[in-house]
Amino acid sequence: MKELIRRTRKSFTSGDRQSDPQIPDNMWAKCPACGQIVYSRELEDNMKVCPKCGYHHRLSAREWLTFLDTGSFEERDMHLLPMDPLEFVSLDVSYAEKLQQAQKKTGLTDAVTGGVGTIEGIPLVIAICDFSFMGASMGSVYGEKMSRAVERAADLGVPLLTINSSGGARMQEGLISLMQMAKISIALTRLAAAHQPHISLLTDPCYGGVTASYASIADIILAEPGANIGFAGKRVIEQTIRQKLPPEFQTAEFMLEHGMIDMVITRSELRAVLSRLLRLYRRAPQPAPVQHTAVMAS
Amino acid sequence: MDAPQQHEITPWERVQRARHPNRPRTLDYVRAMTDDFVEMHGDRRFGDDLALVAGVASFNGQTVVVIGHQKGQDTRENVRRNFGMPHPEGYRKALRMFEHAEQFGFPVLCFIDTPGANPNKDSEERGQANAIAENILKMAGLKTPIVACVIGEGGSGGALAIGVADRLLMMENAIYSVASPEASASILWRDSAKAPDAAKAMRITARDLVELGIADDIVPEPAEGAHTDNVATIANVRQYLQKHLDELRKLDTDTLLAQRYNKYRTIGRYQEKTQSIFQHEHTEPYHNGNTNN
Ligand SMILES: [Zn+2]
Repeated sequence: MKELIRRTRKSFTSGDRQSDPQIPDNMWAKCPACGQIVYSRELEDNMKVCPKCGYHHRLSAREWLTFLDTGSFEERDMHLLPMDPLEFVSLDVSYAEKLQQAQKKTGLTDAVTGGVGTIEGIPLVIAICDFSFMGASMGSVYGEKMSRAVERAADLGVPLLTINSSGGARMQEGLISLMQMAKISIALTRLAAAHQPHISLLTDPCYGGVTASYASIADIILAEPGANIGFAGKRVIEQTIRQKLPPEFQTAEFMLEHGMIDMVITRSELRAVLSRLLRLYRRAPQPAPVQHTAVMAS
Repeated sequence: MDAPQQHEITPWERVQRARHPNRPRTLDYVRAMTDDFVEMHGDRRFGDDLALVAGVASFNGQTVVVIGHQKGQDTRENVRRNFGMPHPEGYRKALRMFEHAEQFGFPVLCFIDTPGANPNKDSEERGQANAIAENILKMAGLKTPIVACVIGEGGSGGALAIGVADRLLMMENAIYSVASPEASASILWRDSAKAPDAAKAMRITARDLVELGIADDIVPEPAEGAHTDNVATIANVRQYLQKHLDELRKLDTDTLLAQRYNKYRTIGRYQEKTQSIFQHEHTEPYHNGNTNN
């Protein structure tokens, strides 16, 4: 599998980001969890999991596609651009300016990248959140891209994989951002009718509207070790209860213990587990439900 | 659609009215406008949450399920009701009643009045996010009509958890926001004292939300606010709920669900380039709602 990663990495990671392997600064990386310095190269080869402490670094959408080796991934809906529906300005910075800054920083148009690909030859629809774009907050483009991914999976009769991370609502879009929760959820009724599974991977961090909608009601919910996952932010809760919360509170392991997710899974195990699930849920593409035994597509 | 106004009321003044302690609450509406109300209790899993009330009642001769956040009229009652902020078991009681409505073919009336879902340790441990998400999904596909009315404060996900509806009504002085004006101000202005500015910029009033294509109708209130005349206020809400429910009852289930799908599927503003990603011209703005920008 490492071979495959090496082979496919170039096609996705180059050119899209400001970071560049030639820049000497990038030879070393400091782990935000344990504070130790590691070779960037070593980190990359380890799927950006800290070799010292196991911390799962946040990945860009491109990095996810590389690590998952999603066959001939074809991006969709890449021409969707955010607007400024409220003409929002706070502290002398307009939302329009904030969007431009984020677009320049990340090379993305908004937080979600979606498309069709394969894992071990099995086709699926994939939608990935990139936390570096305004904390992957959920605005109109996020909602629309995620909804289209859901509908595409339903129409193609293939499973949906969402790789989630989000700080919550895109507040600059006001109540429109909240309504994206309802929008994605209503699209999910079509995926359910198509009897195709939604696999949700929760990565660090997942809060607010994302956990309070589609990501928490997937057919299968996976989470990365140590990922922070919750509804309300820790600070808000600490203010409410006026006491410190234990460090394990709102982690992936905490969610597993409380029955909210199916498994905590390391990045190195992910592809194998996804492959196994895709095989188990595989069915012949069927536009309408049929009663007799489905014929396996090859 | 627009209610008559004596003078221009600021969004911040509407926030005060929406939170006024003497404003009618869910149970005031239910008791005054329905007959034979039977309140149901408990989520059958953990407990009963007094911040969210639910039951069955006769509304103009037809059995309906009613669900609403319940704030108190005084401090003691508010503590008992947790200020209308449900725990997961409150939302799961609502889920049980949504299923109940579908099972018996009853329409659902929802009364929204909450600062938000309860943010504490217990709620997280018992799956607040999951409880809200389950309700949103249930309402998205519910086979009977849902009419929701924001009667006071619509606080973010805690409101949406009973607010996915075929018709969303806003009372004239109700507000509905993704975060409270105070929280919005402290996040986006780094100063919670800027709440009046946030109330304006976040566009949380009834008229704003009709313009943004989220709310469908505005229920007029007495000139000085709902708290000045409960009887007139409740009569108005009753009339609007009846009107919208009558319209929805004429639809067969497939049409009802298709219209609901379309309503939520089209909320949002974005532009989609029709040409190559490298060409920045030829963009087509997409938006719903009634504004012309
Ligand atoms: Zn480390």
